[in-house]
Amino acid sequence: MENPYLPYPVRIDDITVEAEDKSLKTFKFVFLNEGDETKYAYQAGQFGELSIPGKGEIPIGIASSPVEKGFVKFTVNRAGVVSTHLHNMKVGDIMGLRGPLGNWYPWEQLVGKNILIVGGGFAFTTLRSSIVYMLDPANRPKFGNIDVVYGARSPGMLLYKDELVEWEKRDDINMHITVDATDDPDWKYNVGFVPPITEQKAPQGGDDTYAIVCGPPIMIKFTQPVLEKLGYAHDHIIMSLENRMKCGFGMCGRCGIGKELVCKDGPVFTLDQINKTPREY
Amino acid sequence: MTLVKIDKKNWAKGLTAAADAYRLFGPVRSKDHHRFNELEKGEMPDLNMVNTRLSPKALLFPQSETMLEYSLDESRDDHHIMKAVPKDDSPRAVIGIRPCDAKSTLLVKLNFDTPDVKDPYWLSAYEATTFIGMACDTPLSTCFCTTAGCGPYHEEGLDMLVMDQDDAYLAKILTEKGKTFADAAGWKATSDDTAAFDAGKTEAEGRIVSAIKTDNLADTDLLELHGAHFWDDVAFACLNCGTCTFSCPTCWCFDIQDEVHGKSGVRQKNWDSCMFPIFTVHTTGHNPRDTKTQRVRQRFMHKLKYFVDKYEAGIMCVGCGRCVRQCPVNIDIRRVCEQMNSFKPADACTAQG
Repeated sequence: MENPYLPYPVRIDDITVEAEDKSLKTFKFVFLNEGDETKYAYQAGQFGELSIPGKGEIPIGIASSPVEKGFVKFTVNRAGVVSTHLHNMKVGDIMGLRGPLGNWYPWEQLVGKNILIVGGGFAFTTLRSSIVYMLDPANRPKFGNIDVVYGARSPGMLLYKDELVEWEKRDDINMHITVDATDDPDWKYNVGFVPPITEQKAPQGGDDTYAIVCGPPIMIKFTQPVLEKLGYAHDHIIMSLENRMKCGFGMCGRCGIGKELVCKDGPVFTLDQINKTPREY
Repeated sequence: MTLVKIDKKNWAKGLTAAADAYRLFGPVRSKDHHRFNELEKGEMPDLNMVNTRLSPKALLFPQSETMLEYSLDESRDDHHIMKAVPKDDSPRAVIGIRPCDAKSTLLVKLNFDTPDVKDPYWLSAYEATTFIGMACDTPLSTCFCTTAGCGPYHEEGLDMLVMDQDDAYLAKILTEKGKTFADAAGWKATSDDTAAFDAGKTEAEGRIVSAIKTDNLADTDLLELHGAHFWDDVAFACLNCGTCTFSCPTCWCFDIQDEVHGKSGVRQKNWDSCMFPIFTVHTTGHNPRDTKTQRVRQRFMHKLKYFVDKYEAGIMCVGCGRCVRQCPVNIDIRRVCEQMNSFKPADACTAQG
């Protein structure tokens, strides 16, 4: 019998500081045992449990993409006991990784569709995974137009800056990067919160267009009416939820939003599905 | 289905013989109540009891169970690598489990044994266990099993059901596991007295004086019920002490925690409770079930609505009445069930957000 509580042993292969206030770091893990990487086959939108012996576990969205091989990456905000400990760990340290867990963005259903991605703050991780997946030469022809609205508090708080610059240069993805405010005279992108920038830049909704939205609650709250105004139906708005989790596979009981469990039935839900739950997240 | 008659003189001898092949568990007296413990060599289960204070769920789902172990000693090759701890999965038998508690095991199984993921700790303990049930001729005034999908002679979840006939026990062998146990105990004298069983059942069911109605729960709209007007009233006296969830045979929620002593550590699964604020609080401090009312509602909605809708296997309650008897402020699931079952969406008021 497989033991779903038992993590794969991994080694920290690289650590990147992502944010100017050092609150965000990206950890690149490699599996210690041959074969574990194959078992860890995942889809963009899934999460894993980062497992530190002696400290505990945290559920974090997978930031690397299924088309990237040889490692798996997570971007972690320093917030609680486990994430703070992780931020103090160094390259070469050994820990555990469980997963992949949860469902994913509905890639089969999205084939042939235009995709609008709306992200805010450090919730951009699984969206990064999704963009890299869609831009892969083998996958790009499967999708229509790709628009990305991504905002952070300031330029220094944007994740994956090198990739953002690269994507800006491409003509097969429309990037709409924004910051809440900046005093940088050289800033050449948007200034403003995500909802108004979405209203200005995002394409109209319709049968062939889906929005994937991931961000802090306040961003989601004000983005939803904008998307409705743009003509996105509730079953065309795809979101990823968070709740406190322990097991990550639907048994420990705490992440329930009504009869659905965020860890097992989600974290990805359409707004239409979420409307049918008591929204206890 | 075979009936076996066990002369009471052969009861202890049979259990002693079975103990060669099984670890035996059963109710034993502890101060003013009974609890399920592993029986020591020669120790007999005390069947002269009403329901135990805690359900026997801990036999499969210990209140605190070590799952993984590891070393933090960096001089070792395997430091920081987690390993499953070995478990004793040798055959065991629970003697004297009540039919309500046996049925609850099947409800809990829906959570721990799913098509996609299986909890190896719970499931291997379950598979190793033979359930020898004691028919319940002494129900309490708080028992409502007969209207909770169960009953004093209910057989679901049992391998053998035993009824007390004063000088003898009459045992109904229900499964292959039950037969193996009867063989190990040397209980061979068959009987054809099914009438005695039927009479005992009818008589015991007649002693159940309490009932609930659940017929409208499945058809009532989930969100309307969640927004019903009575939740503040139901939760008013609640202390969020968690006694109901810990005493409940069907409550399965748990926490996972690491414990470290020196350089060696373990990861444990511990009972948790939806009554506790920390159960759902996010690291940011945001709590989706921040108020007492939200937590109390979660418990009753899970048992009487979410579970009903999700599994279509009835309610997540077997009517054992433990939460009713032990709640320090007399919150009564029978009354809440009545409120939920008779709820008409038109009652929904605007006060609940």
